[in-house]
Amino acid sequence: MSDIDGRRWHDMGGQTAGEIPLDGHDFALWEKRVDALMVLCGGKGLFTVDGLRRALEDMGEDAFEKHSYYERWIASVNQNLLEAGTYSLEELAQKMGEVAARGASYGEAQHDG
Amino acid sequence: MPHDHHDHLSPSGHPYRQDNDGPLTYWQQMEIAVRELLIEKGVTTPSEIAAQIDAMDARSPANGAAVVARAWVDPEFKVRLLADASAASREMGFDIGPLNLIAVENTENTHNLIVCTLCSCYPRNLLGLPPDWYKTREYRSRAVREPRAVLREFGVDLPDSMQVRVHDSTADMRYIVLPARPAGTDGMTEVALADLVTRDSMIGTGLPRTSG
Repeated sequence: MSDIDGRRWHDMGGQTAGEIPLDGHDFALWEKRVDALMVLCGGKGLFTVDGLRRALEDMGEDAFEKHSYYERWIASVNQNLLEAGTYSLEELAQKMGEVAARGASYGEAQHDG
Repeated sequence: MPHDHHDHLSPSGHPYRQDNDGPLTYWQQMEIAVRELLIEKGVTTPSEIAAQIDAMDARSPANGAAVVARAWVDPEFKVRLLADASAASREMGFDIGPLNLIAVENTENTHNLIVCTLCSCYPRNLLGLPPDWYKTREYRSRAVREPRAVLREFGVDLPDSMQVRVHDSTADMRYIVLPARPAGTDGMTEVALADLVTRDSMIGTGLPRTSG
């Protein structure tokens, strides 16, 4: 999509597009957890829905096409928490390494997995 | 490598049902890490996260349907709903949070449709999480450009004489459609009427059922 009309990629109202895909899916536990973390962090004042949106929009159109909804959300939640100073980049990297070392599946990678 | 899991996804990123059994994805790894850091830092607790998920799971279109059915049987409630949908919904015991909710009424000559062209804003406190199609490029782009064609894809073919109003939601202002009460339902109870109210009828992409 061109930005010739001065709009950013996410401002897609009125564009042409194809048939609406009506297939849905049930939310997985990890997706529900991402949603819950957003709502809880928002309620505690760590960041706002505008902060969530800003990071989502700054990811650009490529991320919108490549990644699923809650994949983009966890990336935005993480970005906002790093900016808020809730944890550091080093702490994140260390924790992500620990998680990956626990096992190959989502269930095995839990702390109590 | 982290991004390999996208290869088997459709262009919209769905279906994507794997949970505990599939290979750990980069984003799941990040979710676990973020969640554990928030717990370690004392920001939240496992039970608080579980309670939040339970609260969201408990929200379904049945909540919105109850509000619609009340408006169908109680003219004074309907006036309050159209004046302030947040307050009227709270009156029925629903947690609306900080949402500014606006109910828009379908009549014999006006049909309303809601969309969020910028993102995915939705009356989630009353209807639960939005369906996947609500968040797609196709719906967001076209709902405001050719709503009648969009409605036909959902099986709703409106006569030209019917005015169509499209409402674009924002993070701070969300809409819900108050569908018109179907003809021939005069003797029905409020509970039975609520069964006629579908999720899509409150988004505007559908009409209420005509029989339970």
